[in-house]
Amino acid sequence: MPRWGMVIDLDRCTGCAACEVACKSENNIATVAPEQAALGRTISWMRVMAEVEGEFPNNTLRFAPRPCMHCDNPPCVKVCPVEATYISPEGIVGQIYPRCIGCRYCANACPYTVKYFNWYAPTWPESERAHLNPDVSVRPKGVIEKCTFCHHRLQKAREEARAEGRELRESDYQPACAEACPTRAIVFGDLDNPRHRVSELRHDPRAMRLMEDLGTEPKVYYLTPRT
Amino acid sequence: MTDDARLKLRALPDDARKLLAPLVETTWRFRAAATVLGAIALWGLTAYYLQLRFGLGRTGLNQPEYWGIYIIDFVFFIGISHAGTLISAILRISKAEWRRSITRSAEFITVLVLGFGAIQPIIDLGRPDRLLNVFLHAQLRSPLLWDVISIGLYFGASTIYLYLPMLPDLAIIRDAGIKAPRFYRFLAAGYRDTPAQRARLERVIGVLAIVVIPIAVSVHTVIGWIFAMTLRPMWHSTIFGPYFVMGAIYSGIAAILIAMVVLRRAYGFHEYFRAVHFDYMGRLLLLFSLLWFYFTFAEYLTAFYGAEPAEMRTFWAKVRGPFAAPFWTMVTCCFVIPLALMCRRATRTPGGTLVAGVAVVIGMWLERFNIVVPTSVNPRFEFESLGHYLPSWVELSILAGTFAGFILLYMVATKFFPIISIWEMREGREASVREVAERVAGYLPPEPVAAD
Repeated sequence: MPRWGMVIDLDRCTGCAACEVACKSENNIATVAPEQAALGRTISWMRVMAEVEGEFPNNTLRFAPRPCMHCDNPPCVKVCPVEATYISPEGIVGQIYPRCIGCRYCANACPYTVKYFNWYAPTWPESERAHLNPDVSVRPKGVIEKCTFCHHRLQKAREEARAEGRELRESDYQPACAEACPTRAIVFGDLDNPRHRVSELRHDPRAMRLMEDLGTEPKVYYLTPRT
Repeated sequence: MTDDARLKLRALPDDARKLLAPLVETTWRFRAAATVLGAIALWGLTAYYLQLRFGLGRTGLNQPEYWGIYIIDFVFFIGISHAGTLISAILRISKAEWRRSITRSAEFITVLVLGFGAIQPIIDLGRPDRLLNVFLHAQLRSPLLWDVISIGLYFGASTIYLYLPMLPDLAIIRDAGIKAPRFYRFLAAGYRDTPAQRARLERVIGVLAIVVIPIAVSVHTVIGWIFAMTLRPMWHSTIFGPYFVMGAIYSGIAAILIAMVVLRRAYGFHEYFRAVHFDYMGRLLLLFSLLWFYFTFAEYLTAFYGAEPAEMRTFWAKVRGPFAAPFWTMVTCCFVIPLALMCRRATRTPGGTLVAGVAVVIGMWLERFNIVVPTSVNPRFEFESLGHYLPSWVELSILAGTFAGFILLYMVATKFFPIISIWEMREGREASVREVAERVAGYLPPEPVAAD
């Protein structure tokens, strides 16, 4: 059984936010009005975090894209009263939108703050409405949503591979963010499969995970910058 | 009420006549207060309708401030509910004879406020229409489920614990025929106050008083665990279970004291709520103000001394950051004011306990604010620490509406049920004075027989 995971090379990340945009259009993420965004209600399954180091003019800007960590030991799954947040056998942490009661306990339990709530019914600009992705369900108001590692792509890839009578290849299933990254900073694959690049990269001496000490066992690795 | 009811009332024995008077007479003050409270409650209901229609966006909540006023109110109201059942059960078991005039009004607080507390997390839900999923897809590893179970049990047990000790009084009302005969005949359930019935009733009350204590303790422990089971700074603390139980009882005692002062004035129950009651309840409040300080000090010192960076962000946000005002107001209201007033006999009066009680109720609401909000806006992941929270008018209206609704319901309850137990007063006069004398005599060695 595969164990899907991601390695993000921070040396390669330029902070262009192509991953954010690709994620938004792939996953039908609602466009939040500016005044709502100012209240802190933006939905961004993938988010490029920026940190300024040093004082002007000797300062540097560091970037780190942050999807859901898809923990092997996810704190959000434990606390959900209705099992709307679950972890699949392949390690993808998902959300059942039609079941979620919107208590936001999972959002509070997540140490990485990657769960988003639909404070209002989702809206899109008129020009985008026609381009919603038919493979991804549109969320109703009042439920939690989150990064799914684009698991609809996995379903599709698996069906195609089965139809062609072959094994699933690494390139068959890539989430939108990894596909869109112009510097290939985001690498995605099966962490336990020696033929996938992530299984090698995660053993790189630069590899680390966020808040490893919490015991959540995230499946997103970062390669720390050399400089 | 009719003159007929007044005449029937006048024919009753002394205690019953005085204690049933509110069921017959209603003053214009009562009506005015009920109208105002009803209007506020309706206003709150309107605000909830708007939230239901447009979404939780109508609140001031955001990311990472997922929980706000509603969850604070949930913890607060369920806390107040520990007033009645727990206090009255403990006083009954410990044979504290001064309890007799207090227990009923305390038990009513429990049952009524519990309902208002239990609806708060439902108001907070994004999809209240899917509430039944909690049963259909129950996931027992979630502390929220533990809460549903323990609050359900507590509501059941405390309703029975309110109802059964009221049976003899309901029979008195039925027999006096002063009000709605069919209603009271139904409620009195054929109780005739025969010695056999009375003995059975007292046995059941004795068992219930014991059963209800662990249930009450479990309720606020589990509410503390909702927070403590997460990995969030200053929530993930083993002290939270007992800390919440202690705080719940503390706010409950304060609520009883406020109710006692108001009932005493509104219905002229000066003879029933006497100086000694305020003195003793004041001492209880004093004890809990010290306990509150002990728990709070232990909690904050542990966080401060360990100095874990994630915890310290929340710690300083409370002690000298954006939440310094609610934090130090809480310390003043929960510790300084009640301690200063309740440590002297001269201020353990109705007036003094009222001031202390109101301070504690405000302080305990703020304590829940200081637990929920500063941790919410300071997540462990520092890149997200952009949190802020300004409750919207919708949240504040629902807050006001809940308070008004509870007080209104409590007022209405005093119009249908004697808020001081008639039969327990009578039992006190007829049996307990002698029993207590015998009990005290039993503590002492037998009197020496004359040596001659």
